[in-house]
Amino acid sequence: MAYSDKVLDHYDNPRNVGGYSNQDEDVGTGMVGAPACGDVMKLQIKVGADGIIEDAKFKTYGCGSAIASSSLVTEWVKGKTLDEALAIKNTEIAEELALPPVKIHCSILAEDAIKAAVADYRTKQTAANTAVEAA
Amino acid sequence: MNRPIYLDYAATTPVDPRVVGKMMPWLFDNFGNPASRSHAYGWAAEEAVELAREQVAALVGADPRSIVWTSGATESNNLAIKGAMQFHAGRGKHVVTVKTEHKSVLDTVRELERAGCDVTVLDVQDNGLLDLDVFRAALRPDTVIASVMFVNNETGVIQDIAALGAICREKGVLFHVDGAQATGKVPFSLDELPVDLMSLSAHKTYGPKGIGALYVSRKPRVRIDAIIHGGGHERGMRSGTLATHQIVGMGEAYWLARENMGSENERIRSLRDRLMNGLMALDQVFVNGDLEQRVPHNLNLSFNFVEGESLLMGMKDVAVSSGSACTSASLEPSYVLRAMGRSDELAHSSIRFSIGRFTTQQEVDAVIEKVSTAVNKLRELSPLWDMHNEGIDLATVQWASH
Repeated sequence: MAYSDKVLDHYDNPRNVGGYSNQDEDVGTGMVGAPACGDVMKLQIKVGADGIIEDAKFKTYGCGSAIASSSLVTEWVKGKTLDEALAIKNTEIAEELALPPVKIHCSILAEDAIKAAVADYRTKQTAANTAVEAA
Repeated sequence: MNRPIYLDYAATTPVDPRVVGKMMPWLFDNFGNPASRSHAYGWAAEEAVELAREQVAALVGADPRSIVWTSGATESNNLAIKGAMQFHAGRGKHVVTVKTEHKSVLDTVRELERAGCDVTVLDVQDNGLLDLDVFRAALRPDTVIASVMFVNNETGVIQDIAALGAICREKGVLFHVDGAQATGKVPFSLDELPVDLMSLSAHKTYGPKGIGALYVSRKPRVRIDAIIHGGGHERGMRSGTLATHQIVGMGEAYWLARENMGSENERIRSLRDRLMNGLMALDQVFVNGDLEQRVPHNLNLSFNFVEGESLLMGMKDVAVSSGSACTSASLEPSYVLRAMGRSDELAHSSIRFSIGRFTTQQEVDAVIEKVSTAVNKLRELSPLWDMHNEGIDLATVQWASH
């Protein structure tokens, strides 16, 4: 199977590998996929007070295309608002990495990871605000 | 350019240079059709074909007249199973096989099922071996044939052919064995084994691709229908002009296997042990399939928390196979490992290393280092590895399926 140069580059030099504590209030965590399916992505976004994503980290169990998709996404979401991040489409990821049809599900998973991370962040914020109001 | 280190001998083997040398004269100088009875070109080719038949028969301990040339083990499996079912249609329409068989057996019985046959596909135990009692219980009065492979291509596990064959004889069921992965690796004699039909391949045993054979027992006499017609070659069982150079190659390859099997197996076993000890030094590595009832050429390992295809990417200069879904078009992980009760996760994480005649100790040492580096790198990237180290049991996590 031939991989594109961009997939190989992300595989050889994955960007933003790592993680933040789940407890941090300014961090949203998205974990998608399942080991039985052969891929699990964990994407974390760190959001500033201005609502801009300051930083992102990932860890991925999966094929080279899954690793490359999640690595690419950490670069793309940085500097974006949450809504801008949500606008990233799997087709853009697939196109950028020149994924073959059989690997499109990797880009879909990466899009899902963004959605899950943003949703987690927003849930945390709502809970925090409710807690503040209640107090 | 440096070629990748080849540890995929179960997929195919290089043609031994001594075999290549024997094949060459039969392409231009002696190009005759072995079926040409009227001139010296044909006579020479026929003599070469018959010598090769004796060489193949010698390795498997059979009467040369019981060897039928085919294009390879896939055709032999088709001929044996379809040919037996067709010829013995009056006796019944039930066929028994095993989940871990090669696709050329499984797809053949599925095809027969579409044509109205009854098919039973048996489970194996966790070690890959077939339970004899399960096998015995599956044979019915209307069972025509049972097909069990000798050595599994993915795990190298050796089935108890003698015991399975004895059960078939007792029940009056024909016994077919796919022997493609056994020749030159397991010593056996068809004169002694209760086997009626055995598929053989050249290219797994340092011969050329595109040639194989079907052993059809003469004592007891086994009858099958042909599936390819035209010309009546091979006593009507397989028509088509014989490929003299390929046949000569298979004969020589089997002859060399017979001469070298003992010492070669010992050398390969020591390389396999070296590879296994080197890789098992990593945490969370599991051997797939029984380690005792197994040819030494095969080492199938699962590297937990690492996905197989990404591991292949990390060891680009090593040629091996993976049971990961991502290396196949189907997106399903290895059906052989799944049939052995391995979880999807471990099936996705599996790599088959297969060692052969031209493998060196230096190559094995280099592979240990490359694989260890790649596994460690990918575990650093793996959220599952983190969870494992935090003591989370992954089986208890609710995963969203996709």
